[in-house]
Amino acid sequence: MADFLINTVGLPEWLAWGITAGVAAALILNVIAGGALVFIWAERKIAARIQDRLGPTRTGGRFGWLQSLADGIKLLAKEDLMPEGADGMLFQLAPYVSFCASFCAFIALPFAFDFVGQRLNVGVFFVVAVLGLEVFGVILAGYASASKWSLFGAMREAAQVVSYEVPLGMCVVVPVMLAGSMDLVTIAEKQAGWVTNWYLFHDPFTFVIFWVYVTCAVASVNRAPFDLAEAESELVAGFHTEYSGLRWSFFFMAEYGSMFLVSALAALLFMGGWNGPIPVAELLGLSEGTGDTANYFVRLIGCFNLMGKATLGVLVMMWVRWTLPRLRIDQVMTTCLKYCTPIAAAMFAGAMFWQLALPGGVMRGISRPAGEIREGWLEGPGGRAAPRGATVPAAVVPSKKLAQVQP
Amino acid sequence: MLAAINWHSILFLVFAGLACAFAVAVVVADNIVRMAFYLVLALGSTAGLFFLAGAEFIGAMQLMIYVGGTLVLLVFGVMLTAQAPFISIKTSTNDRVLAGVVGAALLAVLLQAAFSVEAWRRPGVGQVANPSATPLGMALLGVRVDDPPAGTSPSLVRSGYLLPFEIVSVHLLVVLVGAAYLARAKRRRTPRGIETADVAASGGSR
Repeated sequence: MADFLINTVGLPEWLAWGITAGVAAALILNVIAGGALVFIWAERKIAARIQDRLGPTRTGGRFGWLQSLADGIKLLAKEDLMPEGADGMLFQLAPYVSFCASFCAFIALPFAFDFVGQRLNVGVFFVVAVLGLEVFGVILAGYASASKWSLFGAMREAAQVVSYEVPLGMCVVVPVMLAGSMDLVTIAEKQAGWVTNWYLFHDPFTFVIFWVYVTCAVASVNRAPFDLAEAESELVAGFHTEYSGLRWSFFFMAEYGSMFLVSALAALLFMGGWNGPIPVAELLGLSEGTGDTANYFVRLIGCFNLMGKATLGVLVMMWVRWTLPRLRIDQVMTTCLKYCTPIAAAMFAGAMFWQLALPGGVMRGISRPAGEIREGWLEGPGGRAAPRGATVPAAVVPSKKLAQVQP
Repeated sequence: MLAAINWHSILFLVFAGLACAFAVAVVVADNIVRMAFYLVLALGSTAGLFFLAGAEFIGAMQLMIYVGGTLVLLVFGVMLTAQAPFISIKTSTNDRVLAGVVGAALLAVLLQAAFSVEAWRRPGVGQVANPSATPLGMALLGVRVDDPPAGTSPSLVRSGYLLPFEIVSVHLLVVLVGAAYLARAKRRRTPRGIETADVAASGGSR
């Protein structure tokens, strides 16, 4: 887009880059804020259905479509209260810290092949690292509120999130190992083609580790049954007990943003990213190389695919929330340290040996193998595609160097 | 006129200034949580510098290890020092003088090192066209794919970083085992009742 502004519109370079960055930031902000509006409404309707009641019905017509908007206006108009004994600066900054962490992680999240704020070579690592910072805002809020409920909530959350980062990291490493790259775009592209190419169905170990990832992801974004930081039956409202109005809503936007983010990450790592279960674009003869309009159209389909999968993930989280009872803190820790971590470690080793013994996954022969479809296009014209299923992308190792290191 | 400005340098100055300002704030603040908050911001600005330099891997590493590590530090800081809410830490004059001397010595060494570099490499020189974390990972596994400097003996080229990597991992394992040992609840070999009975029976000498 910056190139278009510079070359076609004729804007100076600094202005073009500024506008491009602004548009990207505004789009991401809208994904988070708009997503939160829709998801809060969906959550209320789903919770109501699961509990056999109706939920919002009046605001904005039959299904209460506008309920979240009305809530938003109410929150805007609410008084911004602060407890007398609170640490003013930290209390006021904490919601923004949480929200910023959630927002920053979206920067490296690709929505389709080129629809990404900033394509990072270490995208997965960046997203996981930044996502872990969201808890910082919660700890600050809990501490600065000068309320014991808040402090208890914050300490629980800190212990929980720090513990769950370990199995989460192990789960994330498996697709990275299969793809031979930490770049989210590359990982998703390697799963192009039919549904059998998704890493979810790559081998039995990845299938199991996907569910470990789901557990850890739910825990790391603090959703029930892991929402001990809020635990309204014992801690009033946990870390956000003392918050009201807009600052409170920032915590919720951050929470819904993170839910969407971990779901999108699950889609990218295990469920083919923007590649649908059926390669519609490929069957129609469209590919990224067939001109600008087709190109754009393919990416738009991809964007819908990814958003759809991520939304599905968020809906599953809601379903889980209103179905399972909350765990105790010792049960949360047991789940993490005694179950998730060993299972993730064993599955990691299993996936590694599977990849050594049977590269290409369990479903090979049924459809075109992953990695052959767009590999050549990814590597660029004249580039050599990596051999299928190789653990280490041999294409990055020039043969001259290999000769050097293997005398 | 605006086109002539080197935005890279300006952003560098912004991040560097933020890092320095928050570092000063860490020293000036007297509340442990505020200190940690400023420390996180200072380290985050440093990560911004790494991203600005195109070193994405080390930038993400900075976020993961240092900023995330400060988080754990903060939790322990609050748990271990908070006898009362918002306790402020007073530093004694002796400690101030001592810290000042150590800090000044370190600053002198760093400044000397910084100014002894003859010419800083300009950005763009020696930059990899397509920076990637893969060569780094390969090097950690013992395979060097980057260009070795001219004149390096072949035995050095072959090595990679497998040995340091293994040493570091064994070191970390030792640290983990030690931490687990220290954190473990201390259990006596015999229940207390029996032990005191023992002691009483043998007249206090064992």
